[in-house]
Amino acid sequence: MSTNNGNGTVKLRAKDFATDQDVRWCPGCGDYSILKQVQSVMAELGLNKDEVAVISGIGCSSRFPYYMETYGMHSIHGRAPAIASGLKLANPDLDIWMITGDGDGLSIGGNHLIHICRRNFDINILLFNNQIYGLTKGQYSPTSEINKKTKSTPMGSIDHPINPLALVAGADASFIARSMDRDPKHLKTMLHRSHGHKGTSFVEIYQNCNIFNDGAFFAFTDKATKPMNCLFLEHDQPLVFGENGNKGIKMDGLRPMVVDLNTGDFTTDDLWIHDERDVFKAMLLTRFFEDPREEGALPRPFGVIYAKERATYEDGMFNQLDEARVTKGDGNLDALIAGPQTWEIS
Amino acid sequence: MQKTTEIREEITIKFAGDSGDGMQLTGSLFTSSTALTGSDLATFPDFPAEIRAPAGTLAGVSGFQLNFGSKHIYTPGDKYDVLVAMNAAALKTNLFHLKKGGTVIVNVDGFDGKNLRLAKYEDGANPLEDDTLAGLDVYKISITKLTREGLKESPLGMKEKDRCKNMFVLGFLFWRYGRDLQVAIDFLNEKFSKKPDVYDANLTILKAGYHYGETTETFTTKYDVAPAPLEKGTYRSIMGNNALVIGLITASRKAGLPLFYGSYPITPASDILHGLSSYKNYGVKTFQAEDEIAAVCSALGAAYGGNLAVTGTSGPGLALKGEAIGLAMILELPMVICNIQRGGPSTGLPTKTEQSDLLQSVYGRNGECPIPVVAASSPSDCFFTAIEACRIALQHMTPVLFLSDGYIANGAEPWKFPKADDIPEIIVNFAKPKEDGEQFLPYERDENLVRQWALPGMEGLAHRIGGLEKEANTGNVSYDPANHEYMTKVRQAKVNKIANFIPEQQIDSGAEDANVLILGWGSTYGVIKATVRELNKAGKKVAHAHLRHIVPFPNNLGDLLNAYDKIIIPEINNGQLCKLIRDSYLTEVVQYNKIQGIPITQMELVDFVNQVLES
Repeated sequence: MSTNNGNGTVKLRAKDFATDQDVRWCPGCGDYSILKQVQSVMAELGLNKDEVAVISGIGCSSRFPYYMETYGMHSIHGRAPAIASGLKLANPDLDIWMITGDGDGLSIGGNHLIHICRRNFDINILLFNNQIYGLTKGQYSPTSEINKKTKSTPMGSIDHPINPLALVAGADASFIARSMDRDPKHLKTMLHRSHGHKGTSFVEIYQNCNIFNDGAFFAFTDKATKPMNCLFLEHDQPLVFGENGNKGIKMDGLRPMVVDLNTGDFTTDDLWIHDERDVFKAMLLTRFFEDPREEGALPRPFGVIYAKERATYEDGMFNQLDEARVTKGDGNLDALIAGPQTWEIS
Repeated sequence: MQKTTEIREEITIKFAGDSGDGMQLTGSLFTSSTALTGSDLATFPDFPAEIRAPAGTLAGVSGFQLNFGSKHIYTPGDKYDVLVAMNAAALKTNLFHLKKGGTVIVNVDGFDGKNLRLAKYEDGANPLEDDTLAGLDVYKISITKLTREGLKESPLGMKEKDRCKNMFVLGFLFWRYGRDLQVAIDFLNEKFSKKPDVYDANLTILKAGYHYGETTETFTTKYDVAPAPLEKGTYRSIMGNNALVIGLITASRKAGLPLFYGSYPITPASDILHGLSSYKNYGVKTFQAEDEIAAVCSALGAAYGGNLAVTGTSGPGLALKGEAIGLAMILELPMVICNIQRGGPSTGLPTKTEQSDLLQSVYGRNGECPIPVVAASSPSDCFFTAIEACRIALQHMTPVLFLSDGYIANGAEPWKFPKADDIPEIIVNFAKPKEDGEQFLPYERDENLVRQWALPGMEGLAHRIGGLEKEANTGNVSYDPANHEYMTKVRQAKVNKIANFIPEQQIDSGAEDANVLILGWGSTYGVIKATVRELNKAGKKVAHAHLRHIVPFPNNLGDLLNAYDKIIIPEINNGQLCKLIRDSYLTEVVQYNKIQGIPITQMELVDFVNQVLES
C-alpha cells in the first residue's frame, strides 16, 4: 500500500488515507472533492496516519472522519472545537484536523468556534459551507442568503446571514482562508498553508450541495463568472481580478473600490497590495461579502486572508506546568494529602 | 476578678453577620484552632447567593456553624449554644435556632435605627431593649466602636478599619475558649504579607478582642472542651471540595495518567476548579471552558487523548452536559463527572444544599444510557469516593458520575488522612497492536465486557469512533436492528458487572439485633449516624447502612435489606433513592424527606424514627 521513501521512512499515498468504509455522501456532493484533496495533501505532507486525529461534529460534512484512515471521532452537534481542544491538551503532538459545516460550526456550535479561534490551539479547521442544512433535508442555515425559501421558510428566511470569515476575524483567528470544492488546486494550496500555520487555522470551503442547494456558489465556481466574482489573493501582490486581470481593488481612503485597469486611468501600481500579516486589511477583506449578482459588487476573496502566528493555548498551558514544577518542585503526593496544617492525636 | 473555666462535652457556635462582615473567615479560623485542641468537629457554612446583598438586610446574612466536642461529632449541631450576631438581621434570622438559655454575643453597633429597619423590626422595636432576649445569656459589645478606637493610629480608611471587626470577635472567642492566638496570627501573616498596614490593623484588633475578654469584668467564665476520643494519628482539617481535589490528583498519580479538569464556574463546584488550578506542579491541567458543554467536551477530548479526564459542575450544568455524557458512554471512554448538588430545579437555590440530582445522574440522558454513580458521604469521604470513581472509569472504560453536595463540599471535619503508599495503584490497560498483524478491533471486549483504550498517536491502532450506533467489535457504523439491541444490552451488562468489583454493602453502625434499618446516601451520613447513636443509647433497635455505590448497587444489597422489618430512607429531596430501591428490589420503604435547602437535623430524624418505631 505504501512506498518506501528511500531514507527508511514510509511515505503514504493518498489512498492509504482512505478507509474501507463506503462513502455515503450523495453522488455529486462537493464533499467528495474535499475528501480527496485532504487525503492527497496528507500524503504530500508525508503525515503519519497514527499521529493524525480528525474530529467532527454532526452534519453531512461531519461524516468525514469515518472515511479517513487516521484516528478520528464523529462527535455531537457543534462540539467538535471543545473536544479537539481537550484532545490537543492531552496530546499536543497530535496533528488535529477539525471538520465542521455551516450549521454545526456557525449555528449550534457558534460559541465554541469563536472560543477555539481566540484561544489559538494549533488545530486545522475546515468549515464546509453549503448554505443549507443537508442532513436534516433542506432547512436554511445561518449562512443562507436572506429571503431563502426552504422547507422551514416557505415565505423566505428573515434572518440576516453570518459572514463566517468576519466572525472568526472578530475572534482573532490567527489564520483565515477561503477556498472552494470545485478548484482542487487552490483547495490543496490552502490545505498546505493551513497545515503549515501553527495556531488555529480556519479555512472556509464553499461546497455545493447538489440536492438541497444546487448552484449556491456557481457565481464563484462557474468558468464563465468565476473571473469576475473571485479575487484570488497572493501575498505581496496587487488585488487583481476579472477577465485577464482587467480589474483591480484600490483603496479610496478607508473604502475599497473596484477600478478598471484597461482605461489607462489606473495601473497595478495604484492597487491595494495584499499583506497576509496586516490585520486591518484582513478585516476589510472579510467584509468583501456582497451578493455577486448586485451591480458593482466587490469580488469575493479566495486564498489566505490573514496569517500571523501568535502564542498557542497549548504552549501556554505546558509552559505554566513546567514553570510550576520549576518554582514549586514536582508535586509530592504525601504533602498534598497532608495539606498545610496537621496535628497529632496521641 | 476571678475567672473560672467550665468544661463542656459539646458546643455549637453560629457566627452570623452581613455578607461583608467576614463571618466565613472568622468561622474557619476558629475551626482551625478548634481542630488543634483535639476536638472532633463538623461545620456548616451558610451564605446567600448574592455576593454582596444590600448591607444590613435579612437576605444578606451570612452564617458559619461549628459543632465541636469531646465525643464523636457527626453533624454541625441542631441548635446553637452560642450565637454571634453582628447586626440586627443576623440576630433575627438565627435567634430561632438558639438553645434555651443559650448565649448571644451581639455587636450593638449593628442595631441602630437603620439596621433595625432593614432587619424588618417594627418601628421603635429593638430586640436588645425589649424582652426578645429574655432568659438568654446576652453579651452586648460595641464591636464597631471598639474596633475604630483600637485603630485610631492606623493609616487605613474607615471602611478598611471596619473590616477588621471580625477579628475582634475572633479574638474574643479565642479568649473564651482558651485558644492560642498563633493560628490566627499565622494566617494573617500569610494573607497580608504584602499589606503591612492591613496586617497590623487585623492583629491589633484580634488582640483587642482577646484582651477585652480577659480584662472586662462581665466575662467571668471560660469554656473548655476536652479532646475527643479520636483514633491516634496525624490529622488535618478537610472540606469536601478540597478532598475531592486531592482525591482526583491522587487517582491520577496512582493511575500514572495526567489529570485534566475541564469546567465552567458554577456554585458550589467552582472551588474544585480553583483548587486544581493551584496544583500545576502536580501536572494538573485545568481548562476553564466557555460553557458547561465545552467543559465536558474538552474532558471527553482529553479522555480520548489518554488523560484522566474529569469535569465538574452542579445540577444545571449536569443538565447541559447530558448529551456529551451520552457520547462518552457510547464511545466507552473513561471520564468522571463531579456533580456538587444544590437546590433545584433550574437555578433553584444555588448556595443551598440538596440531594435532588440523583435521578438526573442515574437517568438523565437520551437513549438507554446507564453509567455508574457513586456518592460521597462526608467531606473526607470525597477523597476516597473520587479515587473510586476514577478507578471504575479507567478500569471499566465508562463515564462515572460522582455525587457530592453543597453541604459536604463546604463542610469541614478533622481527617486522619492516609499515606500515599496506602492507596492502591489503579492499573490501566492500553491497547496493543495485534501480533499477528490482524486489524485492531476497537470494540472487542474482555470477560468483563470492557473494551481496550487505544490512544491517538499509538502506532498501528488508528480507528474511528463516533456517536452513531456501532457494530459489535469493529465499531463501524451500523443500523442493523439486532446489533443495536445487542449493543444496548451489552453496554448495560458492562455496567452491571461493575458490581463484582465493588465492596459488598456493610452495616455502618447500630444495634446487632436491629429490625429497622436507616438507609442513606450522600451527605445525610452524619445525621443518620448521630441519630442511630442516640436511638441505640435509648435501647432502640435501629441500624444504619450508607450507600457509596448507587449504580450499580452492591450485589448483596437486596439480601441485606430483606433482613430488616422496616427500611427508612431519609433524603434531602422528594424521595429519589426510595424510587430506585423500590424499583430494584420491590421493597417497601418509609421515606423521610426534607426539601428546604438545609440538612436534616438530628432532632427531626430522631423524632421521625421514633414515630415509625411506635407505629
